[in-house]
Amino acid sequence: MSPPARPRHRSILADAGLSALVAFGLFGAMIGLKTDAGATSLILTPRPLAVAIAVAVVFVGRLAMLGWRAARPAGTPTPKRLGAVMARGGRVVAPVFLVLAITLPCYAGRYYLDLGILILTYVMLGWGLNIVVGLAGLLDLGYVAFYAVGAYSYALLAQYFGLGFWSCLPLAGLFAACWGILLGFPVLRLRGDYLAIVTLAFGEIIRVVILNWVSLTGGPNGISGIPRPTLFGLTFTAGGGEGSFADFVGIEPDITQRFIFLYYVILGLALLTNWVSLRLRRLPLGRAWEALREDEVACRSLGINVTVTKLTAFAIGAMFAGFAGAFFATRQAFISPESFTFIESAMVLAIVVLGGLGSQLGTALAALVMIGGGEMFRDLAEYRMLIFGGALVVMMVLRPRGLVSGRKPSVSLGPARQIPVELLTEGHG
Amino acid sequence: MLVAYALQQLINGVTLGMIYGLIAVGYTMVYGIIGMINFAHGDIFMVGSFLSLIAILGLTALGISSVPLILVLTLVFAAGLAGLCGWTVERIAYRPLRGSFRLAPLISAIGMSIVLENFVQVSQGARVKPMPQMIPGGVHLLERNGFQVQLSWMQMAIVVTTLALLAAFTWLVTRTPLGRAMRACEQDLKMAGLLGIDTDRTISLTFVIGAALAAVAGLMFLLYYGVIDFYIGFIAGVKAFTAAVLGGVGSLPGAVLGGLAIGLIETFWSAYFSVQYKDVAAFSILVLVLIFMPSGLLGRADVEKV
Repeated sequence: MSPPARPRHRSILADAGLSALVAFGLFGAMIGLKTDAGATSLILTPRPLAVAIAVAVVFVGRLAMLGWRAARPAGTPTPKRLGAVMARGGRVVAPVFLVLAITLPCYAGRYYLDLGILILTYVMLGWGLNIVVGLAGLLDLGYVAFYAVGAYSYALLAQYFGLGFWSCLPLAGLFAACWGILLGFPVLRLRGDYLAIVTLAFGEIIRVVILNWVSLTGGPNGISGIPRPTLFGLTFTAGGGEGSFADFVGIEPDITQRFIFLYYVILGLALLTNWVSLRLRRLPLGRAWEALREDEVACRSLGINVTVTKLTAFAIGAMFAGFAGAFFATRQAFISPESFTFIESAMVLAIVVLGGLGSQLGTALAALVMIGGGEMFRDLAEYRMLIFGGALVVMMVLRPRGLVSGRKPSVSLGPARQIPVELLTEGHG
Repeated sequence: MLVAYALQQLINGVTLGMIYGLIAVGYTMVYGIIGMINFAHGDIFMVGSFLSLIAILGLTALGISSVPLILVLTLVFAAGLAGLCGWTVERIAYRPLRGSFRLAPLISAIGMSIVLENFVQVSQGARVKPMPQMIPGGVHLLERNGFQVQLSWMQMAIVVTTLALLAAFTWLVTRTPLGRAMRACEQDLKMAGLLGIDTDRTISLTFVIGAALAAVAGLMFLLYYGVIDFYIGFIAGVKAFTAAVLGGVGSLPGAVLGGLAIGLIETFWSAYFSVQYKDVAAFSILVLVLIFMPSGLLGRADVEKV
């Protein structure tokens, strides 16, 4: 179009060439020379083609990115309003999703039911963590520890005392909440990144203890044969028979029935989490959380008991993780420390942040995108986590505020107005 | 026996502490300047370790038999490429998020850490990589009741290299224009920018230097333990971060001191209590330090301005 277009093209080419050079530096050795086990020691296998492909991908990708940027006329507004649209559309979208979720067993097969159970587990974890991170603004990187406490509480209670799922569920939540308070106490004074690292350390400590306390937890072998949940004493065994749900209702026993039952259990638990946190937000406690997130010093000066406020956030968040953990144990019928690594915490935190901190609908959508999307890449096996990590970075760079990024006050005098992203600042929490 | 055993643990602990200290320097510098935990730093250490392995194998395959030459070339190769890796990570994942809200860079860093870990797993395989010992032998310091206290050449090489690198780095920070720019950025990033310091360049170089030091630590780890896998970065990273916090975030001597403390505590804990729970020991120290001594051994107290 304009005269300086030519040199611009040249600079784009030069930039892409430079990127390719950097890519060659990064990939040349790591991809190009693979260490393999040889006869006596390791040997190197050269893979020049793979390097060429990787470098070419970077070159073309960078070229396309710069070209797109250059081709777009200056002053084109970026679609920043998506967040506001999402927040407004939530009124319509949320009920639709709810209806779809409730009616899922009517039209979905076993595979999708199982996937639905998995997604809902993460939705529940996300909503639980949302209380700690999204509402109270306390960055928790060890959330999976409470999930583990819940799962092991149920597994151990069932193994040693023969208790059932429904009596263990509140106990698992209670234990997890106690751990939440226990871990919350020492970290009250910490904020921000330090808090994140300490909670991460706590999560790892709990995992290492579970891994090494072989006499109680079975160590790396885990606990198997965890009993399945029952519906008022009716079981969901594949074979049917006396005392089973199929026998009681008088239908053909089918394994799908158990999936449907589990699906409704987790749906109920997730909705309970959602309902409780929505109600809590309107209580003085919830308002104190949100105030704490915005400014801790102001909170103190207004006479809010910061200690109690933080501890309740930890405890309630942990309680829901405990419920989810107990459910996880009964769904899998087998648990081992491998299920409770740091990557799970990162996954749940990513769901909360991608959803937009504090947004209930956003969290659910993010869980759907991340877990459902992750399932689509299942065939790629080892590339899956690579894509997950890359997606985290890209998401943060493009939309650091998440899907639903505006914020609406939970309680307000007069009509509540959406607060635009630009005005939001995070406190120290 | 008792004294000899303890002395041997002391030597081992100092060696391990040097490795942690080198990684911790990278954490402390980045935290000092832009106030973020570079979560991917531990994984850069792991990448450096793999690059070293590849370089050693490659140079051996090329027919170079002199061990010192191989090690020097490997060190340059690994440090250079890891530096490039650190630069790329900063450019892609952190720079676009500068000035964004607090959580964003941390999540981005976690994502980058996952990417690096899985990139190495995919490109180099998930198997553990063993390596024969390159610097055998050592000096017997003393012998009591059949227990020999040995100071291996390897341990000596690690300690000497670390001290030399730290001396060079201290010189860089205190005596060169780049070091002055780094210190200015640490004190006040915005003000430094107003006074004509290219802050982006300074931050980039900080990442490059930190990554290069971590890569040297990776080379030492490879030589010392003789076995690496793609997962070593996470635990080593958390421990090095503990070291940085223990020493006082932002303080260079503190990072080394913290590294030494963590190395010694871990070694003695493994020797006298339990090897399985050595990570618990390191993590517990992190928790205790942050609770009771949040500014660390040599750090400045954090004054909060309202």
